[in-house]
Amino acid sequence: MSKTAVKANTGNSSGKYKRAVVGFLTKHMVTIMFVILSALGLYLSGMNSTLYLSDIISRISRNSFLVLSLIIPVIAGMGLNFAMVLGAMAAQAVIIFVTDWGVGGFPGIMLCIVLVTPLAILLGYLTGKLLNKTKGQEMITGLILGFFAAGIYWFIFLQLVGGIIPMDNEVLLLSSGVGVRTTIDLTGGLRYGLDDVWRLSLPTVMVVMGAIYILIKMFTYIKSDRKGESKTSFIYGAVLSLAAIIAGILIMNSSSSMINNINVPAATWIAITGLCLFLHFFTKTKLGQDMRTVGQDRHVAAVSGIEVDKIRIIAIILSMVFASWGHIIFLQNMGAWSTYGSHEQIGFYATAAILIGGATVSRATIGQALLGVFLFHTLFIVAPAAGRELYGDAQIGEYFRVFVAYGVIGLTLAMHAWKTRLQSKQKLENLDK
Amino acid sequence: MGNFLKNLYRNFGLPRLIILGFFLLLCVMAVMLELNFSELMSSSLVRIAMNGVLVLAILPSIACGTGPNFGVSLGILCGLVGGLIAMELQLDAYTNFFMAIIFSMPFAIAVGLGYGFVMNKVKGSEMMFAMFIGWSAVSLMKIFWLLAPFKNPEMAWPIGRGVRVTISLVNRGVAQLLNNTWSFKIGDLTIPTGLIVFFLFCCLLVWLFMRSKTGVAMQAAGDNPRFATAAGINVDRQRIIGSVVSTMLGAIGIIVYAQSFGFYQLYEGPHFMPMIAVAAILIGGASIKKASIANVIVGVILFQGILVVAMPVFNVFTQDMASMAEISRVVIQNGIILYALTQIVSGGD
Repeated sequence: MSKTAVKANTGNSSGKYKRAVVGFLTKHMVTIMFVILSALGLYLSGMNSTLYLSDIISRISRNSFLVLSLIIPVIAGMGLNFAMVLGAMAAQAVIIFVTDWGVGGFPGIMLCIVLVTPLAILLGYLTGKLLNKTKGQEMITGLILGFFAAGIYWFIFLQLVGGIIPMDNEVLLLSSGVGVRTTIDLTGGLRYGLDDVWRLSLPTVMVVMGAIYILIKMFTYIKSDRKGESKTSFIYGAVLSLAAIIAGILIMNSSSSMINNINVPAATWIAITGLCLFLHFFTKTKLGQDMRTVGQDRHVAAVSGIEVDKIRIIAIILSMVFASWGHIIFLQNMGAWSTYGSHEQIGFYATAAILIGGATVSRATIGQALLGVFLFHTLFIVAPAAGRELYGDAQIGEYFRVFVAYGVIGLTLAMHAWKTRLQSKQKLENLDK
Repeated sequence: MGNFLKNLYRNFGLPRLIILGFFLLLCVMAVMLELNFSELMSSSLVRIAMNGVLVLAILPSIACGTGPNFGVSLGILCGLVGGLIAMELQLDAYTNFFMAIIFSMPFAIAVGLGYGFVMNKVKGSEMMFAMFIGWSAVSLMKIFWLLAPFKNPEMAWPIGRGVRVTISLVNRGVAQLLNNTWSFKIGDLTIPTGLIVFFLFCCLLVWLFMRSKTGVAMQAAGDNPRFATAAGINVDRQRIIGSVVSTMLGAIGIIVYAQSFGFYQLYEGPHFMPMIAVAAILIGGASIKKASIANVIVGVILFQGILVVAMPVFNVFTQDMASMAEISRVVIQNGIILYALTQIVSGGD
């Protein structure tokens, strides 16, 4: 979108061109800042590139689904869905029980998904009801709701499980017999339940993804009405894909390259691609369009006969279900996870990631989500090492990345609130004229 | 009678009645279980007065219209910096306590000014913004604590740089300094007179401030910004004043809290403190848009009272009483904030 803005203005006077560049820089300030920060961190950490690559790929595989689950409420004008932690807690609860029953591997994952979906729908419905009562303050409500629900989750798993809720499992329960341990290890059970279904080496994936991307671009080019515009987009896509394919083939043929040893969990990537496709086509359906209308202006939507409250509830339910699935993907990859803190962490990190990709409270795309995951987790990987190199203390890097996660959320919130105020002020002034 | 109950329900709200009921239930159970009542009372008094100033810090921000100050951790951090400077100078007892407050004030005023300025730019999302600016400041300060150039061996790590996670005030004679000032005993019940007097004195100051010309203008700006503008009040300026006062009280609040607790808690310490303070004032009957000194006092008594009495009562029922007390705190605290949020939109906006 910004690319076209720049293009439209080139060829005119240099002043316009300059304005376009400044506009581009301010619009993408957060993302650009992060590209610089990540690159700097990568350079300072002096990290081995193979190590980095394998780490970032496993992080992208386990986080993308979660981050993508944030998109739909943004479209519906409900801002960042901090209440997604409820979906994550539902996933954790289901995983604890499935682990107790001893169902592992891919069947275990499928069982988790079957069980968590109704639970997530129920939680999403209740959350949606609550958010309809707090219109305009959805984000803070979602955030506090997450903390509130965490209290109830703690109560169930610290005080009831093993007591009122029967469970007899020495590995899962605390030595007193009541309450679940603070960390749970899924090794030998659900761990890699989805990832291990189908693994491919990174170069193979590069070739396959390149080929698929080229086909999609070709398809949209042929279908498109405005050939001129989609031609450039097609050429960009083709160049990118060809580069990926050629690089993939080159790496495959050099047997000494360590990159051949990096695995990609193909099944997980298929799930992520599936969600991307769903989101892409969902926005084109009647429901998706209604959601967009609600997001732009609730009153206009209501006047044109859309049931605003219902649409908003559906948006939260969808997000909640995807978040719960996403957290299952996350946990099966992590293996060992913190029973009472994991949900909260993914809530903040997912939000920070999508914002770093350039999303705002009122606009989020698939591309922004994926770019954000890549940038945020690059910083996550390199920050401790960079901290050690700079100050001789890895802890500093760890504190820094947490600061960045909170800071970026605060910063984008502030910029958005400020912009909205300016816009409404302008609207008022225009009315006066 | 029926009407009276209905009115009470409407004015007080179901969640507050539940919390009040829970508190009474805990008290009854404490009596029935024959727990040491005067000991419970003593520790309740201490907890109430030591948290009081922090809760009081939320009042100006609600009054000036920026909503409950979820970013009061900024003030808390300023207070901690002031406290550490007093420790670094190896001051003792009262000098340490009062100099800590004085040292922290310039920081609090500067931070409050900046905070208020930004608050005016984000009208409509103040609470969300406050929450995240507070959290990011806490994590930024973690880096500062790790690199801080303090030399006093009571604070610094024995090797390397930075300050410890908890800093004891015992050796400086600051620990429980106010609690023991003029304290006396009635039977087994200890009254921490100094601490209570200090809290009430702060309340009095805020009460006087609210009745001064500035205070009245500030409340008008918070109550109805449009009307206040029409009456010639600079609303943005009043909101900045509210933020500064709130931040200053936050700084004083943590110093009072720490002297009673006996430690300065750095790093993760201030992370969730704002939410506890906000919850207390809301339990006391404040809303997102309106609050009074009475709300502060009632709220802190109820909330801290519950937390103190809950521990030994739960101890009888569950092996894991610490987590049970924590769970009830989390549920009450966030439940009341959620309730207040649902009220704001159905009421005004």
